[in-house]
Amino acid sequence: MTQLHYTGTAKTLHWTAAVLIVCGFSLGLFMTRLEISPDKLRLYALHKWIGITVFLITVARVAWRATHPAPPPLPSMPDWQKRASRAAHWFLLALMVIIPISGWIYSSATGVSVVYLGVIPLPDLVGKDRESAKALLILHKTLNYTLAAVVTVHVAAALKHHFVDHDGVMARMLPGR
Amino acid sequence: MRLFRPFIPSLAMLLMASSGASAQGVLIDKSEVRFISKQLGVNVEGRFRKWKANVDFRPRDLRHSKADFEIDVGSIDLASEESETEVRRPRWFDAMKFPIATFRSTAVKDLGGDRYQVDGRLTLKGTVRDVAIPIEMKKDAAGNSVAAGEFTIKRLDFNIGDGQWSDPTVVADEVVVRMRMVLPRAG
Repeated sequence: MTQLHYTGTAKTLHWTAAVLIVCGFSLGLFMTRLEISPDKLRLYALHKWIGITVFLITVARVAWRATHPAPPPLPSMPDWQKRASRAAHWFLLALMVIIPISGWIYSSATGVSVVYLGVIPLPDLVGKDRESAKALLILHKTLNYTLAAVVTVHVAAALKHHFVDHDGVMARMLPGR
Repeated sequence: MRLFRPFIPSLAMLLMASSGASAQGVLIDKSEVRFISKQLGVNVEGRFRKWKANVDFRPRDLRHSKADFEIDVGSIDLASEESETEVRRPRWFDAMKFPIATFRSTAVKDLGGDRYQVDGRLTLKGTVRDVAIPIEMKKDAAGNSVAAGEFTIKRLDFNIGDGQWSDPTVVADEVVVRMRMVLPRAG
């Protein structure tokens, strides 16, 4: 069965974001366990740059999608699956916008500004405050574990379409067409 | 820790009472000692939670004005408890051995308008350096005098952050110290 593919741009943005999210998430788990050192500070900076990049890519994806509709769902799919996949996709996009912002606010609350790629200073979103920083860190972590859970479902569903249903749904996001 | 000097009108102040607003002591809760350092080119803000001040500001009698500070370096407020613990260690402030940093003014100069310069000696981690703090005096809504000033020190002059931390591209040598002192309205 041939399926309409996502556009090349949509695919590139999707897979770039996917790789960056896996790297940023793993780096977050890794760096927070390190003893304080210059390298730890470098990894924190890198983590923030990855997050801001995911944010920018996500904004670009939403803008692209507004002008380039996604391929329609398979007519053969049950309604609940259509609704669930639609909800999951928008939830993922929302998290990809909110999580970097939560990290940025957290960084501001710790008194550490964010300078994107070491070049572009971003404004501090809140003043330095220890108690808000602690709460914002919990928020940032919770949102990330939520993202990890939804991504797991997203990947499992795609693999099921590919290897169990053989319906070409996952292929729409794979390179080539 | 808090030092509110009782208001004792000095002879000079009685003489000057009608001609200039003098101020003594510092409203600690409204005042702050902050600093901005740069890590990997990024501004990182901190402050000291505990410090004492002995300020006697007399705009018409600068020779008898003074500003002395004692800062509890262990009370540092940074991004995280982890960094605070780190900077109390010997390679940074060595807060066990040098718990207090002091500034003692040696002269207060009039720079014209509301601007003054406070010269003094800063003792930090056993090293003494002369510093000059330009300040600007303003009034807040309650009529208190607010002295705001900032100056830059080089942390490596005081051996703050050595070994793996001595690289100024990781933590910049220059640290900007910002002080905001609220002095109660005289009389």
